[in-house]
Amino acid sequence: MRLRRRIGYHLLTLYAVIGFGYILLPIAVIALFSFNDPAGKYNYNWQGFTLQYWRDVLAIPALREALFVSIEIALLVSVIATVLGTLIALALVRHAFRGRGATNLLIFLPMSTPEIVLGASLLALFLNLGVATGFGTILLAHVTFCVSFVVVTVKARLTGFDRQLEEAAMDLGANVTRTFLRVTLPLILPGIGAAALLSFALSLDDFVITNFTKGTVVTFPVYIWGAARIGVPVQVNVIGTLIFLIAVGIMAVGVAISVVRARRDRALAAAAR
Amino acid sequence: MGYLRRHPRAVPYLLIAPGLVWLGFLFVVPLYYLASTSLQSGDIYAGFQQTFSWSNYSDMAVQYRPQLVRSVQYAAIATIAALVIAYPLVYFIARRGGQWKSLLLVLLVAPFFVTYLIRTLAWQTILADEGLIVGVLRDIGLVAEDGRLLATSFAVVAGITYNYFPFMALPIYVALEQFDGRLLEAGGDLYANPVRAFLRITLPISLPGVFAGTLTTFIPAMGDFVNAQLLGTPKQYMIGNVIQSKFLVVVDYPLASAGAVMLMVLILAGVFLYARALGTERLTG
Repeated sequence: MRLRRRIGYHLLTLYAVIGFGYILLPIAVIALFSFNDPAGKYNYNWQGFTLQYWRDVLAIPALREALFVSIEIALLVSVIATVLGTLIALALVRHAFRGRGATNLLIFLPMSTPEIVLGASLLALFLNLGVATGFGTILLAHVTFCVSFVVVTVKARLTGFDRQLEEAAMDLGANVTRTFLRVTLPLILPGIGAAALLSFALSLDDFVITNFTKGTVVTFPVYIWGAARIGVPVQVNVIGTLIFLIAVGIMAVGVAISVVRARRDRALAAAAR
Repeated sequence: MGYLRRHPRAVPYLLIAPGLVWLGFLFVVPLYYLASTSLQSGDIYAGFQQTFSWSNYSDMAVQYRPQLVRSVQYAAIATIAALVIAYPLVYFIARRGGQWKSLLLVLLVAPFFVTYLIRTLAWQTILADEGLIVGVLRDIGLVAEDGRLLATSFAVVAGITYNYFPFMALPIYVALEQFDGRLLEAGGDLYANPVRAFLRITLPISLPGVFAGTLTTFIPAMGDFVNAQLLGTPKQYMIGNVIQSKFLVVVDYPLASAGAVMLMVLILAGVFLYARALGTERLTG
């Protein structure tokens, strides 16, 4: 029995190693081929090592343009979606009101609708109302699918929030506005920040909904989709690798902050005793 | 401010108003227009009129039945594959991650921040005919000498499985993470057999996560068209490929809308049956 348990233990470890290998394999391929020096238009086979495309990452005008359009949209989307979603999350967690269930449902539904249906329905709206598709309609579409994710993220943070802190501030003479700005906001700010980053990432990544609402505007994923047929330039691999490194970096910083905080809280609690 | 103090009940409504108006106009109203367009007839030159042509639905169901069936099949296989791959992996992180738990989770999630299309193109490279995997599989005889992986159903399902992996992994992780490890130790003492302890304690506790994960994987997988396009051939096309090409290439808006509504109805029916089978409290709980 003990032997079987030990075999099971090691089997799970082996499985986890293989599992992580599977998850990271495409990223390794993307990174590896960002250093490739392909002979023709297709970056499929390893030809030789070069740093050229890391140096010339913005050298292709159409790609640079598409990337900047995507970043601009993602910035605007993250601001608008974060404001709209945070307000809803505040209402849902802090207030009991008639229609709360319906609001929860309306938040849940866009997340459980396939992107192609969201995109198709938005295009149906714009066609029927005669709205020309382009930068503005991409923006409207992206905010729509990001709001729900903001609500969920901020709600998770608000739920673990100690309301006594606010009552204490009020007892000490702070008014509602001051309490919100000095106590509530700083406490929920990490949640809001995470929600804004998530919206940014979702918007930057989106192809399916953008494809329906883009008109003639070319975003970064739309550029890749077009290039996929004729050969994707190596620079796309460079940008993919950079996105991975930035995502890991931001999340690692988040983890480090929460570890430091937890340690400080424990030290404070020990000191108080 | 004075108004709010006199009418505290208005506060939540003022907070939700901007977001709900937005979702009302850009999520609910569009679904109405999608349904309405699906009953129109006409063409792009003469224009489309509302004629309540239900034939769009029968045309869709008859002409594109293989794609509809394929969508259900591919999504179901990919969902099961993702469950089989994800469960032990997140179990490992939740139970054995220790102080590295958070960093392992970062490593699990970060790949999926890389642009979806770039990730799918990486699978194109991995599964390519001259690629490493096909070479090894040919050598050990699992793939015939002239056999391929790319441009097959396998490639499409593999792509879908990978791309929606976090939707399966994260809910299960949350469910496993929330429960007390001491419960398992106590269970281990009582049952002695680790397999029975797993079946009696861990598995039931993680089921809500499995339930949520299957839904959040299956739903987007049903509507996917990117994997079939980049990793498959027209022989692997799914209903998503039909909807997007009818909308954006052929510009037959009514037929395309009928396809999108059918997809939505299929998914809602699937979710309903699944929830009935497992008990509805798991859906919201």
